[in-house]
Amino acid sequence: MRNLKILLVDDEVEFVTTLAERLELRGFRAQAVTDGESALHIIESDPPQVIILDVMMPGMGGLEVLKRIKTQHPQIHVILLTGHGSTKEGIEGMQRGAFDYLMKPINIEELIKKMQDAIKSQP
Amino acid sequence: MSPKNLWTRLTKSLLHNSNGEASNRYRILRRNIFILMILITIIPLIIMAGIYQHEYQSSIKKEIVNPLKTLANKTKHSLELFLEERLSVIRFIAASYSFEELSDQKTLNRIFNVLMDEYCCLVDLGLINKKGIQLSYVGPYEFLGKNYSKQSWFHEVVVKGNYISDVFMGYRQFPHVAIAVLRRTEEGRYLILRATIDTSKFDNIIASMQLDQESDAFLINREGFLQTPSRFYGKILDKYPVSFPMGNYGPIVVEEVDPQKRIMLIVYVPFTRSDYIMVLTKQRSALLKPWYTLKTKMLIIFAISVITIVLIVFKLTDTLVKRVKDADEKRELAYKEVQHTHKLSSIGRLAAGVAHEINNPLAIINEKAGLMKDLVAYDDQFWKNEKFLGLTDSILKSVERCKEITHRLLGFARRMEVQLVKLDLNELIQETLSFLNKEALYRNIVLKLQLTDNLPYIVSDRGQLQQVFLNILSNAFAAVEDGGEVVVTSWEEDLDTLGVSIQDNGSGMSEEILRNIFDPFFTTKQKGGTGLGLAITYGIVKKMGGEIKVKSKQGEGSIFTVYLPKKAKIGPGE
Repeated sequence: MRNLKILLVDDEVEFVTTLAERLELRGFRAQAVTDGESALHIIESDPPQVIILDVMMPGMGGLEVLKRIKTQHPQIHVILLTGHGSTKEGIEGMQRGAFDYLMKPINIEELIKKMQDAIKSQP
Repeated sequence: MSPKNLWTRLTKSLLHNSNGEASNRYRILRRNIFILMILITIIPLIIMAGIYQHEYQSSIKKEIVNPLKTLANKTKHSLELFLEERLSVIRFIAASYSFEELSDQKTLNRIFNVLMDEYCCLVDLGLINKKGIQLSYVGPYEFLGKNYSKQSWFHEVVVKGNYISDVFMGYRQFPHVAIAVLRRTEEGRYLILRATIDTSKFDNIIASMQLDQESDAFLINREGFLQTPSRFYGKILDKYPVSFPMGNYGPIVVEEVDPQKRIMLIVYVPFTRSDYIMVLTKQRSALLKPWYTLKTKMLIIFAISVITIVLIVFKLTDTLVKRVKDADEKRELAYKEVQHTHKLSSIGRLAAGVAHEINNPLAIINEKAGLMKDLVAYDDQFWKNEKFLGLTDSILKSVERCKEITHRLLGFARRMEVQLVKLDLNELIQETLSFLNKEALYRNIVLKLQLTDNLPYIVSDRGQLQQVFLNILSNAFAAVEDGGEVVVTSWEEDLDTLGVSIQDNGSGMSEEILRNIFDPFFTTKQKGGTGLGLAITYGIVKKMGGEIKVKSKQGEGSIFTVYLPKKAKIGPGE
């Protein structure tokens, strides 16, 4: 479980780097990027097991990134983050293949638990 | 009150329902409709009843009056015949005998005896010469040698040739009538023959009319003195107490109130050859008994109809006003609901915006504080370990609290989400206008609808679009004076777009205002304007993928044009 490779995608640098550091502290291998394109790039070179993906991003939106990940790497688990009130986005994301979604600000223990659930669900 | 006035008042009473006055207005409305309906129904009924009563009364009267007339006329004829007979006998005698023969007491006596046998009621007979001296006389009185030249009847008989006196009381207090004829002899002498008749025969003739208790028949002379005894008005030569028509006329019927305060139906028939007037009276109450029974029946029917009408009208008015009130209340409620939705959605939008914007920094605080806590927790050597953990915990707790608030706000905003349905734009416009119809009516605002028929359906959010039009229309209404004009036009702009324009001839806007109208919290309204109406409108139209354009000229009015895609493309909007 520890040593799990995680990719964090969010346009808020402070948020995403801090979260990555905290996950590192907990023994995960976390990498942070701030836009969809670079995320897709990393996935191609070094695919992670879990991606934490923000829905609302300038440029390529989270749902678009999700779509591409799921078409090319359906085995990667995606957990969505929304800052928006709408659960609709979360549900839409889950319909498009996301494992679950969390509303910002997130609780790190909850995030870890969801990631563990995602890994466990892997066939 | 003219009908138009009344109508204006009715409608006004309907429209102006600030809550405190509302019930009062419905009461007035109810009262007005009630009165109107009662008038409309009962007036014709009254007119009909009145005409019927009048017609029936006059026909019944004719039926009753005609026999009375005939009876009076017949009796008058009998009386006149009686007098005429006596007069012609005297005339015959005056013609058949010479002056000398008649002045002879014996001959006159013989003639009188024959007359007494043949004709009843003669009292005396006498010859009077040119100078008015009684030359011969047969009868119970001592009139021989009496001079009549100073008496008025003498002059009348000299002029007219014959004379019938009014009734007078003779020396023995019996009612008498004197008759006299004049003949000029071949020798150029005057011969006046005078006889007195006992009028008891009059009474007999009148008695033969067989009148009932409520009737009376008698003779009066032209001066109004009774010539025969009357059942109601006294004895012979008393003054007849009722005014009567003068002149020569046929039978005439009048209604008079007599001294006993009875309403009498009176028939007057004047004699042709003498100054008598035959009078036949009957109490009207007795005459019109059948009429009164009918009238009572009619009154009862009338009363029943009126009560029925009043009850029905009352019930009807009640139902009507209740319906109107219900409809009004429903509309009011719907209007309030829309307004409420409007308010809620603007708050919701604001809340969502705030929550969203706050969530991101909050997430950063959360992670930073979390990292601080982690660092402290993983480093056992850290000084003031406990203190730091306490501080970070309290930051995290505060973040948690903020998160709860933003999530609650977002939850609220979520309820305002768009729901796309297929809808008829014209129908939607008309539905929206129904919220403003009352104001238009009350303020005499002319609402012109130029809606293109058979517009294609569009797919959009009904509530949001309604809000768009309601906002623009409300502004148009606020801009125009009472009596102004608002024109709503709809058309198909192109294959994908429908257009709706709302034009008013109100105050218009300056360039500066025009630049700001879609800004949130910008308002020109003195009070009650949130400045969100057009901002929200703009937001919704944009969100639907539409366009909104304004043209305005100060003092001339404004025109708002909304272009809507036939299929809403939901975007981020504002």
